[in-house]
Amino acid sequence: MNSPYLAKTPSVTEIMAKVLLALIPAIAALVWFFGPAILVSLCLASATALLCEAAMLKLRKRPVTPFLMDGSALLTAWLLALSIPPMGPWWLIVTGTAFAIVIAKHLYGGLGSNPFNPAMVGYAVLIISFPVQMTQWLAPASLAQAHLDFSTILHYMFSGSLPSPLDAYTSATPLDTLKTQLHLAKPITEIMTLPIYGKMGGVGSEWVAAAYLLGGLYLLQQKIITWHVPFAFVATIFVFSGIFNLYDPALHAGPFFELAGGATMIGAFFILTDPVTGPTTPRGKLIFASGAGFLTWIIRTYGGYPDGVAFAVLLMNICVPLIDAYTQPPVFGKKK
Amino acid sequence: MRKLYHFNGGVHPPQHKSESTRHPIIKPPLPEKLVIPLHQHIGNTAKPVVSKGERVLKGQKIGRAEGYVSSAIHAPTSGTILSIEQEPVPHPSGLRDLCISLEPDGMEEWIELQPVDYLNTDPSTLRNRLRDAGVVGLGGAVFPSFIKLNPSNRKIRTLVLNGAECEPYITCDDMLMRQRAAEIVEGAKIMRHMLQADEILLGIEDNKPEAIAAMKAASGDEMEVVAVPTIYPGGGAKQLIRVLTGIEVPAGERSTDLGVQCFNVATAASVYRAVRYGEPLISRIVTIAGNVANPGNYEALIGTMIDHLILQAGKNEEENVAIMGGPMMGFDLPSVRVPLVKATNCIIVKSEKLFPKRPAPMPCIRCGRCAESCPADLQPQELYWFSKAGNFGKAQEYALFDCIECGCCSYVCPSSIPLVQFYRYAKSEIWAQEREKKASDLARIRHDFRIERIEREKREKAERLAQKSAKAGSEQE
Repeated sequence: MNSPYLAKTPSVTEIMAKVLLALIPAIAALVWFFGPAILVSLCLASATALLCEAAMLKLRKRPVTPFLMDGSALLTAWLLALSIPPMGPWWLIVTGTAFAIVIAKHLYGGLGSNPFNPAMVGYAVLIISFPVQMTQWLAPASLAQAHLDFSTILHYMFSGSLPSPLDAYTSATPLDTLKTQLHLAKPITEIMTLPIYGKMGGVGSEWVAAAYLLGGLYLLQQKIITWHVPFAFVATIFVFSGIFNLYDPALHAGPFFELAGGATMIGAFFILTDPVTGPTTPRGKLIFASGAGFLTWIIRTYGGYPDGVAFAVLLMNICVPLIDAYTQPPVFGKKK
Repeated sequence: MRKLYHFNGGVHPPQHKSESTRHPIIKPPLPEKLVIPLHQHIGNTAKPVVSKGERVLKGQKIGRAEGYVSSAIHAPTSGTILSIEQEPVPHPSGLRDLCISLEPDGMEEWIELQPVDYLNTDPSTLRNRLRDAGVVGLGGAVFPSFIKLNPSNRKIRTLVLNGAECEPYITCDDMLMRQRAAEIVEGAKIMRHMLQADEILLGIEDNKPEAIAAMKAASGDEMEVVAVPTIYPGGGAKQLIRVLTGIEVPAGERSTDLGVQCFNVATAASVYRAVRYGEPLISRIVTIAGNVANPGNYEALIGTMIDHLILQAGKNEEENVAIMGGPMMGFDLPSVRVPLVKATNCIIVKSEKLFPKRPAPMPCIRCGRCAESCPADLQPQELYWFSKAGNFGKAQEYALFDCIECGCCSYVCPSSIPLVQFYRYAKSEIWAQEREKKASDLARIRHDFRIERIEREKREKAERLAQKSAKAGSEQE
């Protein structure tokens, strides 16, 4: 044994467990406002992730138990499940999760070696390959025309059939609706009066965003993440949407809507904060997250997709080695 | 109140200092045998000046300093020289080194001591005295003190005394400051005189209120006692200089170039004893802590067997597990049957309960905790990556040699990666490569010389032949 003989640190498993714990409020909010479908997709994603992880570890001749226990596969699964429509066909989440674990994580060398956020790679694959299924988001329970229970959900996910037409359960997301309505040349003020919009974002989804914020604050308090990434990401989106909203409020949604809508909050606290695929220097984190914020806002405003967090994250992941190399803090005694 | 400065990083390991400060410094009984290594300092091994069977007196020089960077070694008590042989020494390698074994006769008969009035002695005489008295840095680095007390043409503004003692378990400086504050103050005055320094600052971590009070009471107007925040590695020389003066000493530069010199408090006390009484460095205070019944501080003769000291502290079982130094930077002793040396500030007897084995390392997840904790402002995760990949050039580019091996990064690593070991490995590989390069450069130069010489001889021969034949030709005509 060598010095230091002492250690005081949460293990990788404890860190991942705390991140999973921090997701619980958002999951609870999703169940409350959108029904229990998310629980089914979380289970499917978790099972797929653990199976794929175990298989890949076996194939790569790595010890299975310690790596399976590190919780990283489970976290990838949860983040992906929370990023896609909860009630899709079963193979949607299974394909996405399998791709994330097998291709995006293990083919690049497994835990710690993957350059791209696995959950976001899974998401990108799904949204490009299955655009229809990926837009079928559940309507908030209060607005849906038909009631959903567990057996209906399970029946739909595995057989594809429903008692009422699918439209009765789903609706476009607040960001998606905004985009289509703007294309129809409707002013924002009028769009915001649609029933799916709540106080700040969408009905229900604004509370989910608040729950992500709550979980994120817990991670900050536990020192699992630092302030740099969430702050820079949120601030960048706020500033850009704020300026454009002031410039033309009929064409650009307000900054608070951009923060409460879409994947801003989960992105800020749970996705961009992935240590493996992000920079390590404080300045690097600020640049990385600002870049992601700017790209997210660009894609939302001018791009073809209603939300842009996933692509923003992946594009910024590419830049990480460069950002790290150019943001090395000065060494002790060598400060200018 | 003095304005204190801040260094980044650092950690707060559990201190375990109260256990060994419950009673005053103990003088253990004279051991039956002393084994005194001749290499206890940075620099050249001392040359033995006694022979087997010779009777020596307490404080008699038995090894003389060899070359400039070296220090003398003395008999810690009177007795007979048993042998001058290779013996096990407290070094992580477990290798043997040249040692003089001494059988004490119990008389404790001193050589004639020659005190010096330092105010009326020139600094170079004082330096020679310290070199001859074997005074070296007692904080653990054991660099010969006389060298550090030569300011050359540099102006030393501040003499920093290091009483921070930031490593857990270690309390030898704490007890020394509590009990012998006056000796430290006197030693510091001698050092100030030698360096012609303007001021003396003594930094003590604020977890040692008794030591702070004792030093304040003893120091009068001679020096300023400053309580510094308790944070590991706040007792690193560079960190303490930073906290007290705001100066950051870059790696590879000397603090004296920036007007600061730093000594450990125990070194100051031994400077005092060497000058005021003419006593060479033959004993030191060592903390015996960890898994022992009666942890405490012992004023032990250099060369006392570690197991003898552990026995004094109440551990009977013959166990082969002790750390020399603190738990953050110390190392496993190859055995407890090795002698106490000038560098031995602490012996921690290990147990599974005190130092549980760390789980098997996991891959680095780039969480950056190591970088946050690094007092040298390095990026340990990058250094780890480059060291592991054997990319030593890149590791140097990322300031590998600025690493002080304090262990903070390993302490906070969630993946339990033994980071410091990777850096030590990379450093030793680079040194080896440099040695090889030097050797091959030398060989190439020699080869070039040889080729040139052969060419020259050929040329000269040809010229001589040409001259000869020309001469012969002219004679024929």
